[in-house]
Amino acid sequence: MAIMLDEQSRVVVQGITGSEGSFHTRESVRLGTRVVAGVTPGKGGTALDGIPVYDRVGDAVERQQANVSGIYTPAAFTPDAIFEAIEAGIGLIVCMTEGIPVAEMIRVKQALKGSGARMIGPNCPGITTPGVGKVGFMPNFIHKQGNVGVVSRSGTLTYEMIWQLTGLGIGQSTSVGIGGDPIVGSSFIDILERFQTDPQTEAIVMIGEIGGTAEEEAAEFIRGRVTKPVVSFIAGRTAPPGRRMGHAGAIISGGKGTAEEKFKALERAGVLVEKNPAEIGRRVQEILKAKK
Amino acid sequence: MKIHEYQAKQILGEYGIPAPRGKAASTPDEAREAAEALHGKTVVKAQIHAGGRGKGGGIKPAASPDEACAAARSILGMQLVTHQTGPEGKKVRKVLVEEASAVRKELYLSLVVDRSRGKECVVFMASEAGGMDIEQVAATAPDKIVKCAVHPAVGFSPFQARKLSATLGLNAEQQKPFAEIVRNLYRLFLEKDCSLLEINPLAITEEGRLLALDTKINFDDDGLYRHPEIRELRDPDEEEPLEVAARNAAVNYIKLDGNVGCMVNGAGLAMTTMDMIKMAGGEPANFLDVGGGASAEQIEKAFRILTSDPNVKCILVNIFGGILRCDRVSAGLIQAAKNIEMRLPMVVRLQGTNVEEGRRMLQESGLRFTVADGLYEAAEKAVALVG
Repeated sequence: MAIMLDEQSRVVVQGITGSEGSFHTRESVRLGTRVVAGVTPGKGGTALDGIPVYDRVGDAVERQQANVSGIYTPAAFTPDAIFEAIEAGIGLIVCMTEGIPVAEMIRVKQALKGSGARMIGPNCPGITTPGVGKVGFMPNFIHKQGNVGVVSRSGTLTYEMIWQLTGLGIGQSTSVGIGGDPIVGSSFIDILERFQTDPQTEAIVMIGEIGGTAEEEAAEFIRGRVTKPVVSFIAGRTAPPGRRMGHAGAIISGGKGTAEEKFKALERAGVLVEKNPAEIGRRVQEILKAKK
Repeated sequence: MKIHEYQAKQILGEYGIPAPRGKAASTPDEAREAAEALHGKTVVKAQIHAGGRGKGGGIKPAASPDEACAAARSILGMQLVTHQTGPEGKKVRKVLVEEASAVRKELYLSLVVDRSRGKECVVFMASEAGGMDIEQVAATAPDKIVKCAVHPAVGFSPFQARKLSATLGLNAEQQKPFAEIVRNLYRLFLEKDCSLLEINPLAITEEGRLLALDTKINFDDDGLYRHPEIRELRDPDEEEPLEVAARNAAVNYIKLDGNVGCMVNGAGLAMTTMDMIKMAGGEPANFLDVGGGASAEQIEKAFRILTSDPNVKCILVNIFGGILRCDRVSAGLIQAAKNIEMRLPMVVRLQGTNVEEGRRMLQESGLRFTVADGLYEAAEKAVALVG
């Protein structure tokens, strides 16, 4: 089963003719992803390795039945690209673009409300379902098909965690990078909810970081609604307050959003909190063994 | 991005939000001229990117232009220490000379973004306890702060001003100008991509007028691309010189106080590496995200920044070779270390495709690389090297 990205997914890449877009499209095709179309305004009628390119997302939906979009457009054009994907009836929008102003993301959230679309990102590495494919730029070699769901706000740290699992012979159902911005399309809760109901997923790894309250909200949700075991790490215990730590959302402001607060909230919710991320894989291994 | 009070007040003026008349000055003579033009009592205020200036001696009243000149002479060039500057303080290079106001009451008013799930909107915060640090009010008397969310699809609506003004205990005459202030603040917040817009205190003067006595505006870095006029307000003197150099080199760097320099690809992994150094008993010297790709060129730029920090005794490199293979990362590391004649010991931890080849290249390079396997092991080795 896995979540969000499955056998039914037909991917359109917005910004497919750009350097990032074309490179990662080819990588995702290598992983088996069904990329059915690309969109670059003004490049309609051309093709990338036989993938037809259209001027509008609507055309990709109509002619190629695209139902998932991966977005690689520059930040200034990305809100428009998202609105276009929503209007075209795309069900899952995965936005890799970094640098979208918060004010624009407030508008995007409004547009998503009441639409049929679910969005992942922006500023994220995307989503991978081993055995099905990926939208985004997680490295192909790190994944292995299996039963652990991974959700994270970061990129390379997520690869690190997935690679640890794979190294121990533990596969993943789906890995989701929700993005490092203050406002994102999907929060931890939206992903946890899906892992909880996904029959393939047996355990969940959740990687958070400083800034905001997404982990605290997730802890509350896990306490009431998640029965599967959750292992968690929070990055940024040593981050100074008031500084933006690379990710726009990774900032302790007004004394709020510290790693300690998040660790505490997760512990209270019964999450297995691991403060040494090098041990995450082994913690998951223990849990899976105990279940059998 | 942060700006100075005098710059923030100019922006308030553009949006019709009343603030005291004033002018920035870089010398005592300029301060005297500014005071002369204002006719009457003035206040001379140190311009640094930190709050709590009054307690540190950075704000002085002046009854005459001569006094304003003297006040500026004592403030300019001082190393101003406040609760937000750290013990070393910040050097004052400019003062704001503005007309003094007779204040009856001080209020607090701000706008921030509520990023929590399902809300995602701009929120007004108001309190009768003005003039104080709002974090302190939030900690000691949270019931004194009233929040009023603005629905993004609806925008500002006048009832919100009425709600806030009731909280602040404003009288009937003040309500109309207050509503204008609130409306314009919301417009400013959105139009300029602010991340924090704070008026503290918003004063009620003896004549009953509303006046933004002090203000702080922070901008969303991701919005700066569409505001060249805001980018021009950046004051590099207020920033750590190494951070300015890093920004110019497109390296994401934040200086810290420790002695283990780190270079990592990816922000989350970079924070984690700092955490691991601390866990292993050391202190990280910085946060540094060299970029997901970790190209040879970026690695060299990052090395130059790290080696410019005299506190750094050892460098921990932690790269997850994703799209870029580990052997390519190693080639980049070796090239960069040779180019800058690196003298510091380096612990390198690589993970990903072709990792064995990458490690072998480092070991055979003849440079001072210590190769580490695990994430925590790398931190331990780096901490051991600084002793």
